[in-house]
Amino acid sequence: MNAPVTQESQDRYTVLDRPPWRLRDALLRWEVILVILLVLTVVVNSLVSDVFLDVYNLADATSNFSEMAIIALAMALLILVRDIDLSVAAIVALASMSIGYAAAAGWSPAMLFVVGIGVGLLCGAFNGALVTWFRLPSIVVTIGTMSLFRGLTQVILGDQALTKYPQPFLDLGQNYFIQMTETSVPWLFVPPVPLSFLIFLILAVVFGIVLHTTAVGRKLFAIGSNPIAARFSGIPVDRLRFFLFVLSGIMSGLAGALLTARLGSMRSNIAIGWELDIVTMVILGGVSIAGGVGSILGVFLAVLVLGLVRFGMSINNIPGQVVSVYIGALLIAVISIPRIFEKLRGWRAGR
Amino acid sequence: MTALLKSRELILALILAIAVAAIGAYDSVFVQWQNISDMLTETSVLFMMALAQMVVILTRGIDLSVAANLALSGFVAALVSQYYPDVPLVLMIATGVAVGLLLGMINGGLIAILGIPPIVVTLGTLAVYRGMIIILAGGDQVNASEMGVEFQAFPKQAFLGLTTPIWIAIGVTILFWLFLNLTRTGRGFYAVGGNPVAARYCGISQGWQEFLAYSIAGAVSGLCGYLWVARYGVAYSEIASGYELTVIAACVIGGVSIGGGVGTVAGTVLGALFLGIVNTALPVLQISPFWQMAIAGAVILAAVVINARAERRPDKLILPEARRLGRTSRAMRRAGT
Repeated sequence: MNAPVTQESQDRYTVLDRPPWRLRDALLRWEVILVILLVLTVVVNSLVSDVFLDVYNLADATSNFSEMAIIALAMALLILVRDIDLSVAAIVALASMSIGYAAAAGWSPAMLFVVGIGVGLLCGAFNGALVTWFRLPSIVVTIGTMSLFRGLTQVILGDQALTKYPQPFLDLGQNYFIQMTETSVPWLFVPPVPLSFLIFLILAVVFGIVLHTTAVGRKLFAIGSNPIAARFSGIPVDRLRFFLFVLSGIMSGLAGALLTARLGSMRSNIAIGWELDIVTMVILGGVSIAGGVGSILGVFLAVLVLGLVRFGMSINNIPGQVVSVYIGALLIAVISIPRIFEKLRGWRAGR
Repeated sequence: MTALLKSRELILALILAIAVAAIGAYDSVFVQWQNISDMLTETSVLFMMALAQMVVILTRGIDLSVAANLALSGFVAALVSQYYPDVPLVLMIATGVAVGLLLGMINGGLIAILGIPPIVVTLGTLAVYRGMIIILAGGDQVNASEMGVEFQAFPKQAFLGLTTPIWIAIGVTILFWLFLNLTRTGRGFYAVGGNPVAARYCGISQGWQEFLAYSIAGAVSGLCGYLWVARYGVAYSEIASGYELTVIAACVIGGVSIGGGVGTVAGTVLGALFLGIVNTALPVLQISPFWQMAIAGAVILAAVVINARAERRPDKLILPEARRLGRTSRAMRRAGT
């Protein structure tokens, strides 16, 4: 039946499901570039600092980017379908504030997570409704709701801080969820894992499976490549986009709960500026801002690269904003280098 | 008459006039000349930044790096004032503008030549430009006592009853109006954003228009960087943090379409004025300043919903004449000729 397609059997009217596998294409894949970057980051950092490869240090480093990374998974899907959500950090703030008040009212840790996720869901549904019902550009809508959500937090909270949380809730954010377990073999052990990183790992697998192996995933790629053609093929474009905004809200609410548990206090400026960091993660992960191109593996690798670059520089006492210079430059360099090669090739071919 | 009533700028101006009158009736302090002058001085930077951002958005782009550019070029101008106090003031301002222009040209080059999406480029340069301040200064800031006296006095001087930032904003606004309405290059921004393919067939270079748009945004950010630093008397890495979104908000309220090709100088100026009035009115109405952001958000959402309804015309116009011609022919058709 499924005989491999050879050069002979392939006449010009055969349409292949995918282009034939070639080593050059495989090596030039975005994910391969990211793996090389990741290896470079680890090697350079461990040469410069001897505390970089400490298991506990690395575990703590993951908790610094896991909350953002959880939102980045949903943001990747949104950017894939040509949308964007700049209100995520403001949703984190609103969810975190709701959690703070619920905690003050004596709610249980599980309920606090439900509150965070519920607030996120409502905010996401509001975004999605504006974007799909009124047919508005998502970048403008979410700049507006970003101001609105963050503004509501400021109105309600003023310059107060919420600092009273039940201890079991704080433990979830501040202790390792999986403890370090050593075996008799020195290099075989279970590393300590914070809850946020564990959730990120599980969600990354789920998102990867849904995006790359299910019909829904293929539909998202179809919307991103050509929304009009997707609509004419019977894909419920607006319903899926609405759902993605809700998903982005839910992830932001969840991240808000994890962040609040880790920090143990919140102010109205919590998670400020996160939206741009998250978009950076997604774009470095190879998701095209023009839509239709991207993979969860790429986003996962980009999250690790950015997280480890930041961590490596911070243990060498490089201030956060200088790290941002390198990350900004890295983003532009990684995106431009393939394009420069493309230009050069086109230029040479044109001669 | 109906066309005049449908004009978005006029409706926005009416809303603003009613709001000012209502707040003035509540407390006459609001409409006293001193308060209006303060408000305009405070908003002058936003006027110019929003106009420059409008040009970028007209070409279907976006520039998220303007606030970082403002901070960096303002910082460089402050450094010049600190270390070379004998340099004439004009040159210090020129330094700020030149640094801003250079940073804008970097954005423009990456976008126009390499074809990287504007949001990606300016997201990257946003981080780079802001971080450069830390690298330049090693984490220090330039305080009022370290800047030159003349350097700081200039934005506080008044001339014919208006402060210098207001005069500069008026001048820049007129230049933008002349440039966008009366020059071929200016109309080119509308052409490239309204229909890139048609613009290409008309011989308008998309790359050149984009490069120009980001360069203009950069130069204006540089000028505003000087005004900001000199007016508030401090230069460090966090000034105007998050201001890029306020600037975009002013454009959106003023009716600039994020899809490109739609936007007017008058609308954008009114959009910026709206935000300026909200900020000054809150203390007068004794409303907590914490409301500022929430109100701005609600206004942006309302504006974008209204604009989306108004924008459902089939045509986007490149030439102002074409609009008038279209109106006449439609009127003639309606009259049954």
